[in-house]
Amino acid sequence: MHDLSLHAIAWLILLPLAWASAAFLLGPGRGAGLAVIGLALQLLLAISLAVGVVDQGPLAYQVGGWGAPLGIDLLADGLSSVMLLLTQVVALPLALYAHAYFSQNPKGVTWFWPLVGYLVAAMNALFLSADAFNIYVTLELVGLAAVGLVAVAGGVGPVTAALRYLLTTLLGSGAYLLGVALLYGTYGTVSLEVLGPLIAEQAPLAVAMAGALMLFGMLLKTALFPFHFWLPPAHGGAPAPVSAILSALVIKASFYLVVRFWLSIFEPLTDYAVAQLLGLFGAGAVLWGSLQALQQTRLKMLVAYSTVAQVGYLFLLFPLVTGTPEAAANSAVQGVIMQALAHGLAKAAMFTAAGAMVLSMERDDISRLGGLSSHMPQSLFAFGLAGVTLMGLPPSAGFLAKWLLIDAAIHSGQWGWIVMLIAGGLLTAAYVFKVLRQAFLQVEQDAHYRPLPRMLEWVPLVLALASLALGVRASEIILLTGVR
Amino acid sequence: MTLTLTPSLVYALTGALLFAIGVAGLIVRTHLLRKILAFNVMGSGAFMVLVGLGQRAGISDPVPQAMVLTGIVVAVAATALALALSRHLLLLTGNMHLPENDPDA
Amino acid sequence: MTAMRALLVILLCSAFGAALVYAILQLPPQAVDLPQQVSANIDESGVAHPVTAVLLNFRGYDTMLEVAVLLLALLGVLAGTSVEKRRRAAGERPTLPLLRGFTRLIVPLMVLVAGYLLWAGSSMPGGAFQAGAVVAGAGVLLHLARLLPAWATPNLMQRWGLAIGFLVFLAFAALPALQDGSTMLQYPLAWAGALILLIEAGLTLSLGLLLAGLFLCLSDDGMEFEK
Repeated sequence: MHDLSLHAIAWLILLPLAWASAAFLLGPGRGAGLAVIGLALQLLLAISLAVGVVDQGPLAYQVGGWGAPLGIDLLADGLSSVMLLLTQVVALPLALYAHAYFSQNPKGVTWFWPLVGYLVAAMNALFLSADAFNIYVTLELVGLAAVGLVAVAGGVGPVTAALRYLLTTLLGSGAYLLGVALLYGTYGTVSLEVLGPLIAEQAPLAVAMAGALMLFGMLLKTALFPFHFWLPPAHGGAPAPVSAILSALVIKASFYLVVRFWLSIFEPLTDYAVAQLLGLFGAGAVLWGSLQALQQTRLKMLVAYSTVAQVGYLFLLFPLVTGTPEAAANSAVQGVIMQALAHGLAKAAMFTAAGAMVLSMERDDISRLGGLSSHMPQSLFAFGLAGVTLMGLPPSAGFLAKWLLIDAAIHSGQWGWIVMLIAGGLLTAAYVFKVLRQAFLQVEQDAHYRPLPRMLEWVPLVLALASLALGVRASEIILLTGVR
Repeated sequence: MTLTLTPSLVYALTGALLFAIGVAGLIVRTHLLRKILAFNVMGSGAFMVLVGLGQRAGISDPVPQAMVLTGIVVAVAATALALALSRHLLLLTGNMHLPENDPDA
Repeated sequence: MTAMRALLVILLCSAFGAALVYAILQLPPQAVDLPQQVSANIDESGVAHPVTAVLLNFRGYDTMLEVAVLLLALLGVLAGTSVEKRRRAAGERPTLPLLRGFTRLIVPLMVLVAGYLLWAGSSMPGGAFQAGAVVAGAGVLLHLARLLPAWATPNLMQRWGLAIGFLVFLAFAALPALQDGSTMLQYPLAWAGALILLIEAGLTLSLGLLLAGLFLCLSDDGMEFEK
């Protein structure tokens, strides 16, 4: 198993690069079959890597055989393995869904498959990288692929949204790059392992500025309130498979980097005030995003604002992990990772269900969802189940995440965040029920429903059930996250 | 201050100022071409800091030079995508300005 | 953007710039000496020039991903133009005799310069990126002189040309990764120089086509749009 796990590290990056390029060579609109086979193999690799990491601890991989700081190192520890699992587990059903979706609505399929392949490759490369400049290149790869996917169907709305997203993400990666420049200038290396021991509490001002720049860049890319402005039009206006990938996975990549840097190289510099500020921004996101979601008239925009709100929970990590007792910090890390996984699965389920509903009814208005409960019960059920996870009801993974976070808040004496967690759950319930209530209304006129392939209704259900299953069988994942 | 003012250090300081100017331009300007230009100024600033700081002791350092070569290609790719999207927007709306940021209305 | 907000942004950026200048002037000497490590290992890298060694060997993984970034940008551009539905317009366009004559003289020379830059990269500043840029320039010049038509959707041959550089690089990343005991992009010592030259040759072709393609896919000269 030892060698397979090490090989898995390389092939999780090389395999999607290969099938994405092959999809490009095959030509416009082609590549779905390659994508499904590739993603299935990648899922097996991710599982084998996770097993290897639990058995042997963090695995290092020296690209080119040189070793840091001369060469680039890849590192698979608990955190990266969990993110890799999330990516492959969500991407495979989404690929099947996308294939069915584009067979019904081909607008935008022309170069979809190569773009998705490079996106997945870039995310895998980002999660595995242990070199700050290499992370910059993977960040740009993720950003450009995501922007390309937002604009894939054309039209004024998506193109405007794509441009706004592109300029914001470029500002973010530019700030990150300056941070890398300052780190290299101070220490002479960009390898995270070598930098770790070198950065101490009395680090020069340039290092603190580098940390601030990198944090700012990642906040822009994760769309944390008040930097969330680009997200709703981009995620709400894209075709459903694209929205699902963006909300479920791409957002997590930049968040992962904040966690990685906060807990490793910048740990001696982490500040109580900054941590509390991040928590407050998170609370603002939950409040503002949920209120905005309640006011939306279009289904996909409601789900997009839900992402803005849910991102806020993730930033509860920082006040709960900075300067707190170890038990609290551990619970906080486990809770936030569980929240990231739960949200990834549930949001993908929600967007795919919403996509199926919009495709079938051929309109997007929430107020005209009436009759859906009798015509599309499976998609509506999936939407509701995903809502259960987002609300944090037992036995879902969302409940487990909130439980762990409340535990951390109690152990560190920060009771205010508990109020935020509970209030957030109530607000989430409000906008989820808004949709469900409309769908259960009976309508007199016979609305026209377009028949859909079964796949478009099964994928949301499988994803939603997965988010529930994760809550029940979370012990292996929790074990994995502890490997550092 | 423990360092002498080598040419590389001057490049690094200039790069820092260019970065700040680029960021201001990217945020404040509304015309898309100006935003893209500001992004390029910002990127060039970051590259100058990277190479300048790496070589501030006077000895040539190939690693930041290679990193900047990579960075330039990445910046070119991003600029190309931004220009293509701007051109697309121009064809669709006849306008080279992003609509005023008011998505929460 | 209102004048007040613009002023606030400019003030914040100025303060940040000043802080940056101050922080840079306070820096102590570097802890890690990478140039010395590069010189120590350069004989095993297969090339003589340190920047090429870093770019194509020590940090070759970054270079491979960066080529993917460029390919991805072209994909994004193509995704946009495919929605526009452009195709080649029928009919002849007026020729530009002076530009044509000049182009016919200069393009072969440009190809020669590109080849030289590619070869020189192993011991002097140069290499695939510089050579690829010159090739792209030649492509753009050919288009401006109306000797090379704009691209609608790239056909199979063009797609192969665009992708071949990245694919060659990927192949040399994957082959060592298949063996136990060696990691991806680990070139066998005896072949390092030859492999790097091969990778760079493929990159020159693809980068030239990619960069020229970014221009050719967006050019409206001789194209018409479906309404």
